[in-house]
Amino acid sequence: MGEVKKRGGLPVCMERVAFHHVNGDGWEVYYDATFEAGRITALIGPSGAGKTTLLQLLAGFLPPHSGRILFGDDDMTCTPPAERPLTMIFQENNLFPHLDVATNVGLGINPAGRFSTREREQVFRALEQVGLGDFESRIAGTLSGGERQRVALARALLRRRPVMLLDEPFAALGPALKREMLALVADIQRKLGCTMLLVSHQLEDVRVLAHAFAFVHAGRILAQADMRKLDETAERLPELAAYLGNAG
Amino acid sequence: MALALVLAGGFPLLALGGLVIAGLQWGERPGNPLADAYIRQVIVFTLWQAALSTLLSVVPALALARAIVRRGAFAGRRWLMLLFALPLALPQIVVVFGVLAAWGGNGWLARLAEAAGFDWRLNVYGLGGILIAHVFFNLPLATRLFAAALERLPAEYWRQAAQLGMPPGAAWRFLEWPALRALLPGVALLVFLLCATSFTVVLVLGGSPARATLEVAVFQALRFDFDPPRAMALAGLQLALLVALQWSLRRFARMPPVTAGALAGVVPHPHEHLSGARMLDATLIALAAAFVALPVAGVVAQGLAARPWAMLLEEEVWRAAMTSLRIGMLAMVLAMGMTLALVAALRGPRGEWRHGWAQRLELPATMALVLPPVMLAAGWFVLLHRLDAVAPGAPLVVAMLNAMMSLPFVWRILVSPAAEAQLRHGRLCAALGIAGLARWRLVEGRLLWRPLLLAAVLALALSLGDLGAIALFGAEDFRTLPYLLYVKLGSYRTDEAAGLAFFLLVLIVALFAVAEWLGRENARYG
Repeated sequence: MGEVKKRGGLPVCMERVAFHHVNGDGWEVYYDATFEAGRITALIGPSGAGKTTLLQLLAGFLPPHSGRILFGDDDMTCTPPAERPLTMIFQENNLFPHLDVATNVGLGINPAGRFSTREREQVFRALEQVGLGDFESRIAGTLSGGERQRVALARALLRRRPVMLLDEPFAALGPALKREMLALVADIQRKLGCTMLLVSHQLEDVRVLAHAFAFVHAGRILAQADMRKLDETAERLPELAAYLGNAG
Repeated sequence: MALALVLAGGFPLLALGGLVIAGLQWGERPGNPLADAYIRQVIVFTLWQAALSTLLSVVPALALARAIVRRGAFAGRRWLMLLFALPLALPQIVVVFGVLAAWGGNGWLARLAEAAGFDWRLNVYGLGGILIAHVFFNLPLATRLFAAALERLPAEYWRQAAQLGMPPGAAWRFLEWPALRALLPGVALLVFLLCATSFTVVLVLGGSPARATLEVAVFQALRFDFDPPRAMALAGLQLALLVALQWSLRRFARMPPVTAGALAGVVPHPHEHLSGARMLDATLIALAAAFVALPVAGVVAQGLAARPWAMLLEEEVWRAAMTSLRIGMLAMVLAMGMTLALVAALRGPRGEWRHGWAQRLELPATMALVLPPVMLAAGWFVLLHRLDAVAPGAPLVVAMLNAMMSLPFVWRILVSPAAEAQLRHGRLCAALGIAGLARWRLVEGRLLWRPLLLAAVLALALSLGDLGAIALFGAEDFRTLPYLLYVKLGSYRTDEAAGLAFFLLVLIVALFAVAEWLGRENARYG
């Protein structure tokens, strides 16, 4: 398991980042937070609270109207998505269904899609590490949901970016499969040492996995702390208590 | 992107500019064009024949659509629909030949009448022939639109009518007519627009300069009299008419698209088995089918009799074929290039689709429907004439005109699949940095090859069958197949014309069959 060299993560900083949809209904998000390097932070909160918006701002899919986004010391508020030091895994559509698995993974290191022998080698090793060693030539569209997300993880592994964003990638999977995938995610994070933000609705899924949590509510981060302090925080934060009550 | 916009926008603008500048420079008679008796006559004829064509196409189409829908899934329905799709595909010049073959002085109907002992002869050169050709094109179009409207009625309406025991008259009044009436202004305006801008049909079948549409009059003013001021005045009037018609079409008309499954017919009509209705419907359908089939059969029969394969060996024919192919390929490349450049520009850097821009581009991309080819050709003709470069510039201008004509179709075929691909994969591409040619190779090339091919085939077929753009520029050493056919018809070389018409018919039908197949597969895939 020692093939991937540890690169370490980067701290992610959102400085007074504000965003609202242009033709929106007055709904606005405002984030001012730092996510520590090399740790897994679980983004929790009710649906529609702005968790996905937060990730999309970080990934560069949405342009903030004000504020700055920093990875390490670099201001990347206006950097195009591909040039940011991160990999994002979406809920779905992570793969091109018409391409084979190896190409889908390989695009992570070579977006032109013409691979050298060395790159093919790397792709194969990444696939092996997510347990899909013999899937190289399968067409992505024929895979099951779990297999597809595994391929996406293989690509994330291959890209070795210091930051990884996961937007509920396992929401559609069954409990057993989901646990398996979360273990794989933990494994990958350990190997890469990357900073990881993970959106999840299932608190029990991330309680063990994540080091820290951030509670997103109505477009704000109301609380951010070590995972062990979750229940403690809930005692003085009624919104979090209400959310945990619903979730439990 | 910028180049595509400049091409797509600048080309027609330059043509208009050419008309205006050249017209003014030559303008020794700046007076009111409406004071010219000839121009007044042309305007009246344009509107009069368009109004009659619309009436004769739209009113029978109402009854015909009702008959087809009432018959449900009758035997031969598929064939009827294929037959009704044909007029949209056929080159106008081929249809004109077919009308002459079927209705002309020595045509089938005249001979049939003679054999039956009547001395009946329709003067096909003139209003009669023009109306027949226009109804040939527009009756099937209007019927398809109306039938689609009837079949979109909720199934419960028909069940309700059956349950209440509504007689046919009541079903017409309460169900069918309201559905058709909503569509009537749109369809009538569309048909009127198509007939008012008709070129090839009126050019050949008009018979005399007095029976010309504005479009034909622009051509005649330049080609026969070389009178740019008059051409400019006519083109200006034409433009005003078009803008007014287009505006009313957008303003008053709700036009549902003709969809592939439009005539699928699933709900049994309450009066399907009424014997009176059955007789009436069968008669209507048979008459309409015969009317549409007659000119096509005329082309095929006369063409086969003229031994078209021998013609292919003649130098002028294969030279025209090569010219057609060259122009067609160039037009296809231009149309596809412009559309693809615009589509690429609509993809945002963050994986989004620029909906707003896509909607704003809709109008310029479909502008060819507003600016008919002969008018643009006239502008360029005058411009090139001033520059003394008609011969060298002609092929490029004709190809570009053809590309402009197919742009609306190419645009509509490609834009929504491209938007869908972007919405589904755009963010991933942005995240991974897949862009430029790699993007076409990895994403659009794999996902959109059917619509891409469909658009290309359509652009090629439209160019191969077109006479409007080449008419002004055609010369001894620059002839496409449709132009050669026009020349043969003009010099009454009926046998050679028959062979050419047959050849063109086969070529275009083959291309459209490929396009049809691609379109159907495409619909299934999407």
